[in-house]
Amino acid sequence: MSVGTVWVYAEAVEGSVASITLEMLAKARDISDDVVAIVGGGGDALAAELGAHGAGSILATGDLSSALPGPAVAGAMAAAIDAGAAPVAILLGTTYGGRDVAGRLSVKLDASVITNIVDLTNDDGLVGTEPVFGGASLVKTKFTTAKPGIFLIRPKSFEASETGGSAASVTALALPDLGATGAATVTNSFVEQTVGPKLDEAAVVVSGGRGMGDADKYEMIEQLALALKAAPGASRAIVDAGWVPYSYQVGQTGKVVKPDVYIAAGISGATQHLVGMKGSKTIIAINKDSEAPIFGVADLGVIGDVHKVLPQLLEALANR
Amino acid sequence: TTQTAHMKVAVCVKQIPDPADPGALDPSTKTLKRDMKLILDESDSYGVEMALQLVDAAGGGEVTLISMAPNGEVNGLRTALAMGADKAILISDEALAGSDALGTAKVLAAAIARAEPDLVLTATESSDGYTGTVPEQIAELMGLPSVTFAKSIETTDTGINVKRQTEAGYDDVSCPMPCLVSVTAGVVEPRYPSFKGIMAAKSKPVDQLTVADLGIDAGSVGWAGAGQEIIAIEQAPVREAGEIIEDEGEAYLRIVAFLDELKVI
Ligand SMILES: Cc1cc2nc3c(=O)[nH]c(=O)nc-3n(C[C@H](O)[C@H](O)[C@H](O)COP(=O)(O)OP(=O)(O)OC[C@H]3O[C@@H](n4cnc5c(N)ncnc54)[C@H](O)[C@@H]3O)c2cc1C
Ligand SMILES: Nc1ncnc2c1ncn2[C@@H]1O[C@H](COP(=O)(O)O)[C@@H](O)[C@H]1O
Repeated sequence: MSVGTVWVYAEAVEGSVASITLEMLAKARDISDDVVAIVGGGGDALAAELGAHGAGSILATGDLSSALPGPAVAGAMAAAIDAGAAPVAILLGTTYGGRDVAGRLSVKLDASVITNIVDLTNDDGLVGTEPVFGGASLVKTKFTTAKPGIFLIRPKSFEASETGGSAASVTALALPDLGATGAATVTNSFVEQTVGPKLDEAAVVVSGGRGMGDADKYEMIEQLALALKAAPGASRAIVDAGWVPYSYQVGQTGKVVKPDVYIAAGISGATQHLVGMKGSKTIIAINKDSEAPIFGVADLGVIGDVHKVLPQLLEALANR
Repeated sequence: TTQTAHMKVAVCVKQIPDPADPGALDPSTKTLKRDMKLILDESDSYGVEMALQLVDAAGGGEVTLISMAPNGEVNGLRTALAMGADKAILISDEALAGSDALGTAKVLAAAIARAEPDLVLTATESSDGYTGTVPEQIAELMGLPSVTFAKSIETTDTGINVKRQTEAGYDDVSCPMPCLVSVTAGVVEPRYPSFKGIMAAKSKPVDQLTVADLGIDAGSVGWAGAGQEIIAIEQAPVREAGEIIEDEGEAYLRIVAFLDELKVI
């Protein structure tokens, strides 16, 4: 049964619809037969892809030029709701933009936000599921008011799928005057180059942690990634230590990955790391501490020294 | 102090249960049990350090800590005061138990306003709650522009320039003050409190306020104001136990064979 109108905050990456948006559209279709995509920017370029994934229509603000999306998109959504639009739920991705929009919108509507959602079901009202304690327990939360339910959804929670729908029709979403709140402007964008496939799309991910010893030794992770056509990843400990850029980080505050194979070398398996990789199909861990929590999720666990095992592994792969 | 304040920074610091001792969810109230001494959330130590550095660079000013915590807790505040912050505002009130992120933001925003800051700093997310929405909620409540996920902050004549982390790298963002910035972990090296700092912290002012002091309706915060409720806590499906081997020089062969089975090589 359809719950009513569901809005999905649609984000774009390099001109196409972001994976998280496609994933949310699939879930939105599950619970509603009136799915509207909200775009902070021009809607036309995304209309075909959004339509093909189940958005019936698009509300687009038009060019935001150099403004950050938070105040603008939240302002536009709130204005539309004031003017009579009545979404039952508003789904946003746990992304830089999504979190900003959700926070601003929450104040404008004086409505709570349910965060870190990995599942959304309709059980006499919408219920969000949030993993806690590194995913060991699941907390189910409901809203207590009749206001639009703002849900922040974690990436890779749902499978994106196409409906074969035609391009969604685009309607303008008016941008209200943002006053001081809209004053932050982006003056430049920088892209950090990473090697190999994208971390959150790769079929194989090889991550290193503090157990690698020092920054130079991370090279073994990159070599193994190269040999396996994998993306190199990292725990937060070595991102904070400056060994690798933030874009390598896997976990709660980094990327969520779900590859076929995840290899963790010298990573303890803190709960915040586990929530970012526990969904991998197969997990291989190398750690010298037999008590390391990473072994609790490993399909193959090697109790050993990365400085011995990795060089041998690299050589064996090179000789094949 | 008699010195003119050049730059006033308010830093939100959450006091949380020690993550090394994670506690448990109380099945009767469905909240995290918090019966131990609270400590400064490590995520907020970066904001404190950033504030101290900015005030230093500005040639003077004032760093005010803002915290909402139960039972008049000051343990974490003392740590941040010992790092060098000048004073603190603590909001502690039984009416705040059960507050959601929006309720928390309402309280923090009202307290921050009292410090009349040029700049408000927060972490991007707390270590125990990690909703990540409180910063933007504060900014919106105060009518301020904001930049989230800052890797660095530099003051200019008219405001600040921020390197803001993005999916692909980072953006340069400029923003006038007053404004709010959330800072990511690991961007500055939080200083260790010196012995002198620890001693000085004991006599620094901590202004303790209630919900009524802030002029906030008790019904809009705490359990009464929370717009959501937990209806169930379930055990997640557990992963099947895997194969664990000890390396005696040949474990790499098992990894190679395993990757072979998985058709990765
Ligand atoms: C709010 C918050 C968010 C966070 N978000 C994230 C996140 O997104 N991602 C993340 O990863 N972390 C995150 N963390 C940090 C997390 O709690 C851990 O601190 C971090 O994951 C630890 O990284 P690590 O496993 O590399 O280091 P450690 O925990 O120090 O583990 C190193 C491991 O290496 C092993 N080791 C040492 N030497 C060797 C050797 N020679 N051979 C083999 N093994 C060896 C040790 O036995 C140990 O298990 C977050 C924390 C907080 C509070
Ligand atoms: N009770 C609190 N007291 C002070 N600051 C807080 C509190 N709750 C949240 N914050 C600030 O807001 C940030 C984000 O919190 P959260 O939205 O809970 O992830 C935290 O890292 C703090 O900087």
